[in-house]
Amino acid sequence: MIEVIDGGFFTTAQDGGRFGYRHAGVPVGGAMDRWAYRLANALVGNNGDEAVLEATMAGPTLRFHVEAVVAVCGGDFPCALNGRPFALWKPMAVEPGDVLEVGVCRTGFRAYIAVSGGIDVPPVMGSRSTYVPAQLGGFAGRPLRCGDALPLGAAHGRRVAEPLRWGLASAARRYISGKMKTVRAVPGPEYDEFTPESRRQFFAARYEVTPQSDRIGYRLSGPALALVREREMVSEAVVFGTVQVPASGQPIVLMADSQTSGGYPRIAQVAAVDLPILAQARPGDLIQFQPIRPEEAARLYTEQERQLAGWISAIRRQWEGER
Amino acid sequence: MTVEYTLFPLCEYAVTIRFSDRIDEAVNDIVHQTAARLQAERKEGIEEIAPAFSSLTVYYDPLVAGSYADVCAWLHENIGRSEQAVRRSVRTVVIPVCYGGEFGPDLPDVARFHGISEDEVVKLHSAGRYRVYMIGFSPGFAYLGGLSPRLATPRRAVPRTKVPAGSVGIAGGQTGVYPLATPGGWQLIGRTPLRLFDPHREEPSLLAAGDIVEFRPIGAREFARLERGT
Repeated sequence: MIEVIDGGFFTTAQDGGRFGYRHAGVPVGGAMDRWAYRLANALVGNNGDEAVLEATMAGPTLRFHVEAVVAVCGGDFPCALNGRPFALWKPMAVEPGDVLEVGVCRTGFRAYIAVSGGIDVPPVMGSRSTYVPAQLGGFAGRPLRCGDALPLGAAHGRRVAEPLRWGLASAARRYISGKMKTVRAVPGPEYDEFTPESRRQFFAARYEVTPQSDRIGYRLSGPALALVREREMVSEAVVFGTVQVPASGQPIVLMADSQTSGGYPRIAQVAAVDLPILAQARPGDLIQFQPIRPEEAARLYTEQERQLAGWISAIRRQWEGER
Repeated sequence: MTVEYTLFPLCEYAVTIRFSDRIDEAVNDIVHQTAARLQAERKEGIEEIAPAFSSLTVYYDPLVAGSYADVCAWLHENIGRSEQAVRRSVRTVVIPVCYGGEFGPDLPDVARFHGISEDEVVKLHSAGRYRVYMIGFSPGFAYLGGLSPRLATPRRAVPRTKVPAGSVGIAGGQTGVYPLATPGGWQLIGRTPLRLFDPHREEPSLLAAGDIVEFRPIGAREFARLERGT
């Protein structure tokens, strides 16, 4: 069991997502930064679909009541174990009584705290992800609070020869950079309905992430985008990364908790490979969209999946060596 | 019958099939027939099929189902083949509603807006047969078509911060039921004791795209009984 001493700013249990219910209007949800989520799980020796804790901006303080392996991946959150600095992107053995403090994020915005065995909250509709707007899944359908007791999966008690002297190379975290984020995007289904000036602006200007941004969507601020001719749109599918433009002309990028359908014109679709970059953007950061062809986005997606599989099997080989 | 449609990639793992850009019952029929056919012919790597008003979106795993072109080829093979039309049985779902009173605080306003009695509003609303065009917007929320134009009422000027789950409302030419307690600006005329969305049911959404919905007026006593029983 893990005891929550301080829940942090907004910490929720998340896994890979709730699939199979889009026809029922249920958002997929899951970890915003799937890259860091999957690597964090692999680092603690999990299979890959276990639930982890997603911390936002200011992390939680946790006390372990069992022995386990823990890893933190994602933005640059200063972490301490019993007051001593704790490195990110590497596994660490913890013992009953140990206290992990995840501080305030310096760069990036989200961290994934994976624990061996996974956070064993009851699955709802096949997933342990928290969808806060419907109080669905996760720990009581809400962010963590002081006093919560998080159950761990049976496999938590991995005994390892200490200390674990390996971790991930910095190449795995290069995408979490400064304030300026370049994000590739494919022109969306209604792209051609925007004025030539709006189409140019969208890929030329920088859009600022506003404080009205959350797991559902990021509201951006920048040059207003306009349609050549206003028309009544019929609701159609939207997904994580869809950039829609409401009447205000200020774009909204839909994120992991995006609803399943929407009725606003879609100017672009962020390339799935660059969603982790966006997931690590914070209010005040600037987004520069860069046009990319759909075939190229598809190729990069497959390539990234293979690259990730490569990292994960390298981590598994390390674990084999520990046994 | 040949069906006209266009395909476009929504993202790296989804393709949308659009039959029209209007809301139309005949088009929506084609959407549901196509969804049923694709569901029946589903091949490995095709993960989800989600119908909308006049389009449907197929989600796939590109590492299993193949490229966008591969999935399009599969779709072309299976769309609009009327010679093997999949017979789709249409389900009618009856939703009991306790109209007015504390459950329908805007019923008097709706009646006044149209210059008719509250009873007439209830009679008109419960006489309709409503098509579930699609489920979307929020978990279990059904977009219903078929509201009598005599009941079309603008949204409330100031939305409520919390509308209880099960509330039945009118917004413009639409009627619908709130599956979850959320903020909302619809004119509330009643409430159902049924749970439109229950994450612990095998099929969490009571309504599915393509269903027909009817509303049956009930009294407060039956409401309480059904609420206890369900």
